[in-house]
Amino acid sequence: MTSSRIILFGITREIVGQDELPMEVDGSSVAELKERLKGEYPDLGTLQYLAVAVNEEYANDDTIVHADDTIALIPPVSGG
Amino acid sequence: MKAFIQIEHDAIQQQECVDAVRKHSSGAISVFIGTVRSATAGKTVKLLSFEAYEPMALKEMQKIADAASEKWPIDHVSIVHRVGELAIGEEAVVIAVSSPHRKEAFAACQFCIDTLKQTVPIWKKEVYEDGATWVAAHP
Repeated sequence: MTSSRIILFGITREIVGQDELPMEVDGSSVAELKERLKGEYPDLGTLQYLAVAVNEEYANDDTIVHADDTIALIPPVSGG
Repeated sequence: MKAFIQIEHDAIQQQECVDAVRKHSSGAISVFIGTVRSATAGKTVKLLSFEAYEPMALKEMQKIADAASEKWPIDHVSIVHRVGELAIGEEAVVIAVSSPHRKEAFAACQFCIDTLKQTVPIWKKEVYEDGATWVAAHP
């Protein structure tokens, strides 16, 4: 199974301590992915919310991610 | 509807944003400028640091322009957001909307900034003398 890399932004990068996180994700749902991440990095659970983008689009919890998807963690946005 | 959508790494060229929405049939151009302010909850802000998930931010900004165009009979839209370190008073975002009449220009312009603040993957970090906070990250 090829490893994907989850791109980390904002506070998630500080919580994890890296710009990108390698992870085996093929066939997982976004919900499962978030649970795994919160298990490894509990501070992710303290955020107002944690969204996931798959291929540069917001993904639902039941979206299934694949090894060749571009995945990013989207902590609470604060543009403007 | 033409949308002028940019993530800017240097100072925003305000005139360029406004010129991008000019149209002969427009009777109004509404402009919103978001600026960096000096204080928040009693702490003095030294600077603001903005980062963006650029390809997705550009897509989301385009969606906002498209949505505004569906909701109101507007002509053109500019949405330009700056990233990097900004000093107090600098401009973080400029939005311009042109339309035949002013009512729609005002409404669409407000919609654009209100929606940008909800959906566009851009993050602001306030830097103080003694630390920093990612704005709105925690409840």
